[in-house]
Formats: sequence, structure tokens, C-alpha cells
Amino acid sequence: MDERERLKSFEQTVLPHLDAAYNLARWLAGNDHDAQDVAQEACLRALRFFGSFRGENARAWLLTIVRNTFYTWLRKNRQPENVIELDDEVLAVEDVSVNAEILNSRLADTDAIRRAIEELPVEFREIVILREMEGFSYKEIAELADVPLGTVMSRLTRARRQLQKRLASEFRPGAKP
Amino acid sequence: MNCPQAKLLIDAYADGELDPAGVLEIERHFRDCPACAQAFHNVQNLKKSMKPEALRFSAPLELRNKLESEWRSQVEASPGQNEKLETQEGLVTPRRDFFKFAFLILNSAAAVCLAFLVSFALVRPSAQQQLVQEIVSSHVRSLMANHEMDVASSDQHTVKPWFDGKLDFSPPVKDLAAQGFPLIGGRLDYLNNRAVAALVFHRAKHAINLFIWPTNEGNSDAGARPSVNGYNLIHWSHGGMTFWAVSDLNEKELMEFVQDFGAN
Repeated sequence: MDERERLKSFEQTVLPHLDAAYNLARWLAGNDHDAQDVAQEACLRALRFFGSFRGENARAWLLTIVRNTFYTWLRKNRQPENVIELDDEVLAVEDVSVNAEILNSRLADTDAIRRAIEELPVEFREIVILREMEGFSYKEIAELADVPLGTVMSRLTRARRQLQKRLASEFRPGAKP
Repeated sequence: MNCPQAKLLIDAYADGELDPAGVLEIERHFRDCPACAQAFHNVQNLKKSMKPEALRFSAPLELRNKLESEWRSQVEASPGQNEKLETQEGLVTPRRDFFKFAFLILNSAAAVCLAFLVSFALVRPSAQQQLVQEIVSSHVRSLMANHEMDVASSDQHTVKPWFDGKLDFSPPVKDLAAQGFPLIGGRLDYLNNRAVAALVFHRAKHAINLFIWPTNEGNSDAGARPSVNGYNLIHWSHGGMTFWAVSDLNEKELMEFVQDFGAN
């Protein structure tokens, strides 16, 4: 049997989700070059582990591998991004009363949104990507990112407050829209 | 529902992740509280603006091609292919690896020193308060989002093994049904920057969350803490574990529960 058939079935499983894999890697790594490395390594691992794939949710399975590959890569290649920022976990949900009018005027600016997401700590960023771009449920995200459900909720809440704050503060009255 | 509770749940509501009872409660709160209603609209607008089609990156053709040729060569090289993969993984030579490693150690040592200094600079009298706030938030979330427990069982012999392998410690688990506090189940939670065990008990309609994790503190007697948003808290340490009981149950009955659980 064929390795050939195995490969075919692997490609049919994984290739439809290659965009999702690259997208997650790209948002986590922050640039195309590193994202390609991470996505490629993840796909090779996926091929190696394909025997343990039980045919549930192929996209979630592949993204779990991408995520793990990214963190391994991160430890090898970069200093910890936010030793201190993780302390944010301790803070209660910030009470940001953002000015709705200012905020709403910024929301049409995709580049500003992109920048605001890029600036999030990686632990928050990944939850935002999985929720808003991949549409996973809290429960699926909890399994994928290997954190308790309550942590998914609180990280998503904090991430959105940070996004709103950044978007609102980026606005300079009088500047061209 | 009051504002602090609503603030914790607005995002889950916007994501359609609240249970029906929670939905009713938060919608009732929005009718009475324009500020929270506005906060919800802000979240909705933010969600709408994050259009996947505008923000997603597609896999470059280059990556697809690389992968396909890689896969094919995997198939052609039959046995021993795994070993080949393993060596490909570490693309650096051992010597460079060593320097990288040394550099990494220096780096992390510096990071630890920095974190240490920073934590000194900010000696936080409120660390305890923040923890209490986190505990209450976890309690509220567990009630409203329909995920009170991961393992639903009144059998301590089911709940205790469930934690094995999920935590690096083994929390004490007891059923107190005979004392009027039946064990409902267990859950993993995240507090104080670590994974902790949460045991769920009921008293009539009231839920009690008991959070447990290891500590270096010595034993300390059970003591009530000032209540937060109407929730009562009792804390104690025993046998290398720290315990936090939280509930909307009145303080007297919560203390009974704590005594029954075996706090000194």
C-alpha cells in the first residue's frame, strides 16, 4: 500500500486547509518568510502524524499542528515575546470606555485593524484569529490552543478591549480620514 | 445581573456562546443599562469590521509547490524516510547549535533578571486583590457560559482520576452530599498564571466553586475574605495546597461547607 495512496489521501485532507494553515502561521510569525517556514514544517509533521488523524475536523487538526510548530519555532528563534506582558492575565478586564463615535470611524480602516491585531500579544492574537477568521467555537479553540474554556473567554475579552483602545487612540482629530 | 458581571459576558454574548438563561439575563440588563448596551454594540461593530476576506492571507504558490515536491520525494524515499525528516528538522550544524543555545541561555537569564526587577519595582499590594477578582470572574463565567464543569459526576472516584494527566498535582476530591453539599463535577481553570483544579458543589440552587492548586505557604486556617460583587470567599491552605471557595451562598453556610470539606 501504498505510500502513494496514503499521500493522496493526505493531500486531499490537508491541501484544502493550506490557506488556513498559512494564514495562522502568517499572523503568528508576523512575516511571509517565517510563516512559510512554519507552515512547511507543520505540513511535514502533519504527514508524519497522518496515521494518528482520526478523520474528525481536518482544519482543527492541521491548525493545532501549525500552532505547536510555531511555538517550537518561536522558542528556537526568538526571545520570548512577552515575558512581562503575560502578567496581563492577572489584571481584571480593563474598564475601557472607548468613545464609540471615534471607534466606529476607525473600523472602516482595514489597515488600522490589521496593525492593531499585529500589536496584540501572541497569546491574545491567536485566539482572535481562530475566532474571527476561522470561526471556531470557544470549545474548539480551547481544545486547539490547549487552554481552559474560561481562558479563551477572558483572553478574547481582553484582546477586544485592547483592540478597541488601540483603534480609538490611533485616531487623531483633525487628521485626514 | 450587574455591570461587572455583564462586562465579563458581553463578548460571549456577541459570539453566541451564552446559554439561554444567560442570554435572557444579559438582555434584561441591556434594557436597564445604556452603558453596557453601548459596550455590546461596540463589540458587535468591531466583530463586523474584522472581515476575514480582507484580513486573511492566502498560501503563496511558492509554498504549495515546495510542499508538493517535498511530499513526493518523501514517498519515493521509502523506509528510513522518518529519520531523514528528523535530520532536516534541525537545519543548523551542532556547532552553531551550541552557540545558539548558549545565547539563548544568556538571553533567558537576562529576561528573568528583568522580570525579577520589574516585579520588585511594582511590588503590588493589590496582587491578592487581583487574584480575588480573577477567582470571582472565573466563578461567574463558569455559571453563565454553561461550562460549570468538564467532568460531570457526583462520584469522587470519577472526578479525581479525571484530573490526572491534566494537572501536575492531584487535588483532594470529596463528595459532601451527606452534609448537603453534593459534588457536581470538576473543571480545569486558569488562575494566578497556572492551571488549577475547580470542584463544583451545589447547595440548593447555589453553586460553589472550590479552586485548588499547590502552594509553598504553610497551613493556614480558613478565613472569610471581603465579599466581591455579592460573592463570598473563603481561603485556606493545607497540606501544600491552597484553597479558595467562592459562592453566592451566605457566608455562614459557605463556612459550613469549608469545615465539612476538612479545612482546619
